Amino acid sequence: MKVALFVPCFINAFSPEVGIATLELLEKLGCEVDYPLDQTCCGQPMGNSGCEKEAAATEELFVRNFQGYDFVVSPSGSCVHHVRDHLTACEQSHQARAVRAHTYELVEFLHDVLEVREFPWAEFPHRVGLHNSCGTLRALRTAKMSEIEEPFFSKPLALLKHVKGIEFITPDRPDECCGFGGTFCVTEAAVSARMGIDKVRDHQRHGAEYIVSADSSCLMHQKGCSDRLSLGLKFIHIAQILNGARA
Amino acid sequence: MKRVDHAAKAEKFVGDTKHIEFHDKRLWELRTSRDTEVHGIPEWEELRSLASAIKGHTLTHLADYLEEFERNAVANGVVVHWAKDAEEHNRIVHQILSERGAKLLVKSKSMLTEECEMRPYLEARGITVVETDLGEQIQQRDNEMPSHIVVPAVHKLATDVAKVFAKTIGTDPNESSIPALAEAQRQVTRPLILKADAGMTGCNFAVAETGGITVCTNEGNADLSANVPPLHIASIGIEKLIPKLEHLGVFIRMLSRSALGSPITQYTSHFRGPRAGGELHYVLVDNGRSARLAMDDFWYSLKCIRCGACMNTCPVYRRSSGLSYGGVYAGPIGAIINPTFDLKKYSLLPFASTLNGSCTNVCPVKINIHEQIYKWRQIVAEKRELPFVKQSAMKVAGQVLSSPKLFRAAVEVADTAVAKLPRAVLYNPLNVWGKQRELPEAPKQTFRDWFLERSKK
Repeated sequence: MKVALFVPCFINAFSPEVGIATLELLEKLGCEVDYPLDQTCCGQPMGNSGCEKEAAATEELFVRNFQGYDFVVSPSGSCVHHVRDHLTACEQSHQARAVRAHTYELVEFLHDVLEVREFPWAEFPHRVGLHNSCGTLRALRTAKMSEIEEPFFSKPLALLKHVKGIEFITPDRPDECCGFGGTFCVTEAAVSARMGIDKVRDHQRHGAEYIVSADSSCLMHQKGCSDRLSLGLKFIHIAQILNGARA
Repeated sequence: MKRVDHAAKAEKFVGDTKHIEFHDKRLWELRTSRDTEVHGIPEWEELRSLASAIKGHTLTHLADYLEEFERNAVANGVVVHWAKDAEEHNRIVHQILSERGAKLLVKSKSMLTEECEMRPYLEARGITVVETDLGEQIQQRDNEMPSHIVVPAVHKLATDVAKVFAKTIGTDPNESSIPALAEAQRQVTRPLILKADAGMTGCNFAVAETGGITVCTNEGNADLSANVPPLHIASIGIEKLIPKLEHLGVFIRMLSRSALGSPITQYTSHFRGPRAGGELHYVLVDNGRSARLAMDDFWYSLKCIRCGACMNTCPVYRRSSGLSYGGVYAGPIGAIINPTFDLKKYSLLPFASTLNGSCTNVCPVKINIHEQIYKWRQIVAEKRELPFVKQSAMKVAGQVLSSPKLFRAAVEVADTAVAKLPRAVLYNPLNVWGKQRELPEAPKQTFRDWFLERSKK
């Protein structure tokens, strides 16, 4: 199974540990992982701003970098959502369509494709609040959404419950968007920050030590809010916990 | 028209702790009440599909259903008028009133008459218009637009209402108990209803096969407005049509559950013809609806039954309030409807969203609201209505992110800046992120550098 690792631009620059954990975890699970060296970004910042014309070249580059693999895996729900559902600025060639169909967010790749349920090396003796990003929750559908009448399921919980010692807290509004929203975080900075502050306080009120998520962008935003308020919350990507991080 | 600056208005609202906390909490309560009500109906998701399909069918056969509705209404003794836009709607209403020498009009809440700006039109022509819905009257007395389509004054605290009433109906400004305020409004409004020459209502559903309309309220004020005066005028958007009476069984089950989390509104009133000795007039209004019906990506928004569920669930709306949207419709539904009226004026509304998708999930008629918001952004960009800074930033981003070399250089600059620049420089006034949030720390090396180093070993 030939897997290409897509490490989104902001993870490459600001949270390399998330990329490292993803790569190590996939290798532990027996995948042959390539990291195409010329990768940059999926085009989401332009696409979400309505700028299809400006997104086209970046999307073309994404397709060139990631064509020919069985799977493209990324530790970022919103980027995978963009590739799968919104990579419309580039030419919809056979390659583009194949790349879009074969791109997976890490949790769904582990849960649905590799069907992993055991992480014998993983132990995380902490109280954590799980933040399902809107990209994973409502776009990639990795868990039950609170607005919809459907049976309970949660792919991230199905994986995390096999981690020794982990304890979960339930915030009052588990599904509420944290307010990152891409360029929204600067164009609507006041509302964005307020949403982030409400989110981290909700988790803190319920006794979380860590907030864990499959999206680093949400974590970066929430950490920014929490640190400014000196709440003492810690933030970790699900890849790191599943890869065996202890703290 | 000047562009509505949602972010600036929202920032002001966010800065007012008392109001934002109440607003967010109150509307979140409506959302959770909705969830509780919906959990009690195992076939809820099926109902949503059914409601969406009925609306979809009606909209794709709209001309036929409108004619059927008119035929049946006329047979019931209703006078039917057609208005192509707001101006024509207002003129028709004014003509009906002036021909009968009507000077006082009492009305229940109607988003359509807000859309048509009917109140100022009639008032300029010597007709007194009284909103009989409590929230709507608060807004009328305060000279503000409704901030929510179901709870129009939800952005106000009881103490704000006390001030408005003290100024306009002479109550004690320090008396802010809600029953006392509601009673005061009742005492000034009931005599006006008794004196009124004409009454006006909106319409929640217009049934083609019967020619009747259904109006849902919680205060009974629509029934008083429609039944006390001898003349009843109903303003009806042409998208309100449903084919059959039995379809009400779907929509009535969903409307109040979605809106307020109650099984049904206190009053669900059906009007089919004039009372003995009275008159009933329908004004069927297009005002941009048929143009929207012709838009490939956006015609779906005409399915809206104005329940406000998308507003209650929207984390951005709850933290910015309806007035920050600067239009008749606020929240997610406003972000996709207002631009059809005036793209330039409302070009920033599609950006007042994180695209989180909760609005789409609660919509009882399954309007793909957040996907339409995404599409509207493309139209705003295509029509070159993006703010200059954003347009330029996206152009640069597109160039940098499509070039591996430029990208790597930019990453290095960013990491170095975060690592090396002193705090005072880093958190300068231009750093919008840093106003209320810490920047991420710069790592020792990028993922790519780590990967290259590992490959060498």
